[in-house]
Amino acid sequence: MIDLESTLRIAIRTIRINKMRSILTSLGIIIGVSSVIIMLAIGMGAQRSMAENMAKMGSNLLMVVSGSTTSGGIRMGAGSKQTLTYSDALDIQKKCPSVLAVAPYLSGTKQVVFGNQNWSTGIQGTTPNVMIVRDWGVEYGRSFSDEDVSNSTKVCLLGQTVAENLFGDLDPVGKTVRIEGMPFTVVGVLESKGQSGMGQDQDDTIMIPITTAQKKLIGVDFPGMVRHIMVKAVDENAVYTAQDEIKELLRERHRLGSKQEDDFTIRNLTQMMETAKESAKIMAILLGSIASVSLLVGGIGIMNIMLVSVTERTKEIGIRMAIGAKASDIRIQFLLESLLLSLMGGTVGVVLGILLAKFVEAFFDLPVYIAWWSLLLSFGFSGLVGVTFGYYPAYRASLLDPIEALRYE
Amino acid sequence: MTSLIKTENIVKTYNTGDSLFYALNGVSLSVEYGEFVAIMGSSGSGKSTFMNLIGCLDVPTSGQYFLDGIDVSKLSKDKLADIRNLKLGFVFQGFNLISRTSALENVEMPMIYKGIEPKERIERAKEALKIVGLEKKMYNLPNQLSGGQQQRVAIARAIVNDAPVILADEPTGNLDTKTSYEVMDFFVRLNEEQHKTIMLVTHEQDIADYAKRVVHFRDGHIIKDEVNKK
Repeated sequence: MIDLESTLRIAIRTIRINKMRSILTSLGIIIGVSSVIIMLAIGMGAQRSMAENMAKMGSNLLMVVSGSTTSGGIRMGAGSKQTLTYSDALDIQKKCPSVLAVAPYLSGTKQVVFGNQNWSTGIQGTTPNVMIVRDWGVEYGRSFSDEDVSNSTKVCLLGQTVAENLFGDLDPVGKTVRIEGMPFTVVGVLESKGQSGMGQDQDDTIMIPITTAQKKLIGVDFPGMVRHIMVKAVDENAVYTAQDEIKELLRERHRLGSKQEDDFTIRNLTQMMETAKESAKIMAILLGSIASVSLLVGGIGIMNIMLVSVTERTKEIGIRMAIGAKASDIRIQFLLESLLLSLMGGTVGVVLGILLAKFVEAFFDLPVYIAWWSLLLSFGFSGLVGVTFGYYPAYRASLLDPIEALRYE
Repeated sequence: MTSLIKTENIVKTYNTGDSLFYALNGVSLSVEYGEFVAIMGSSGSGKSTFMNLIGCLDVPTSGQYFLDGIDVSKLSKDKLADIRNLKLGFVFQGFNLISRTSALENVEMPMIYKGIEPKERIERAKEALKIVGLEKKMYNLPNQLSGGQQQRVAIARAIVNDAPVILADEPTGNLDTKTSYEVMDFFVRLNEEQHKTIMLVTHEQDIADYAKRVVHFRDGHIIKDEVNKK
């Protein structure tokens, strides 16, 4: 039996003798491995930024919106008919044990003016609890208080984007802005929250007490109307019980008979984000599989070259057999050669893949994440490709008849 | 003492479409240790088929072949490879060195398949090259050597594993007369100094004259087996 070191030396020498051919053969694997790495890096980057957004939005969130009812046989979309009230929100807070905090919302887009600057932004009428619900905080100044809500005071909190656009370098706290001509005192500036999962700038907002919004700025169709209610469950496990509790409570409050459908919809935002994350994962797998097709093509390239190589070296195989090489020795020699070729391609491919992923990150501003296992996986896969596609040519070589092979010119 | 090579009634047939072709039709031959045998015959006489069988590259259709006391006519391919490696050294007409591989590495090759350590391998390969007078050319590639030098590398490769038998199939066929005689002198020396048994296939009388015994083949039979009187 031939030792591995000698076989390795023979294989390395053959690869070095046919430099150009070896490089071209490896190229298929290089492209395959690097594209698998890039695709996985992009897919996983998307997945991770999704997870980050989820953390930013606030965790364990439920959103109650009105509507999604059948009225007279016509199904209406969610939010098409307003049914939620401020007292619904207060009751959820009071009566549902799985709920940590509740923030009702009544919002609209308005023009905001300070001095000679003006800015159009979303006005959110809500309650101080929004800070708990959304895991948000005040950068400087103060949040509005429960008194502000009960007194419908004209105070507001500015998002960072709004503050920058209206005040520039000035300190907005204590200044008065006009929203639809109505003066509002700025009591604080919100912390920056960045983009939402949907790509919206969450800092482009103004918060005012919900009662102020209802009575003075946005208006209501009926007393106490709110657009939607955000609910934070006490913890991850309580999200689903909270959902049930709210459903039961609201059905009771809205006096819905057992045969009537809900006149509200409860959306589990965490679940929605999970779904989005899941689809990003599927995307990553899909991208990876498409890329691995090129790895497969690279493998076919190796097989092709190895078959040519076996034919070309028929005489050499004959000589080796005549002086004592067994079929297995010949098989191992050619198998090792194709394995070496593909691992060479794999190594270069890993390096190239990392570089290209970094390039994509820098120049296309895509979130990219290279997992160590993706490197290992693609490198291992290249080895597997080498053995798989090298086996047939090696097997063919080992089957040669020494007399025929020696006669081959 | 048993013979080194002993064939008994060897038959080798080939299927040519619907009829059987008898390449060898009952060949019995014994060769003792240390003999120098030339096998002569025109093409188609069966001498090459016989040499392939003697060289364990092929097995007979029927009949028996003992090499160094071992019945090799029914061995598996892997066992035959071992026998070729340990008992036989080949020298071919076309030199059959592996191209783009140095003389030294070519000579090393039989020892790789024998499983000898690299260090010992290189030492013995250098020694073998010294015997054929090519120690200064050991790092040359085959295409940097003359025909005679290439054939000497092949001879070094044939003797490096200490095989008792050297099979030479038309070893001078590709060489000019002067070089042919030089190469033949090596065979004579190997036979006389190292006591190697040499089986030589040729169709040239002057080359056969170097041997001590000449066996003539025709149509798959031995027609003449005589001691060379020269």
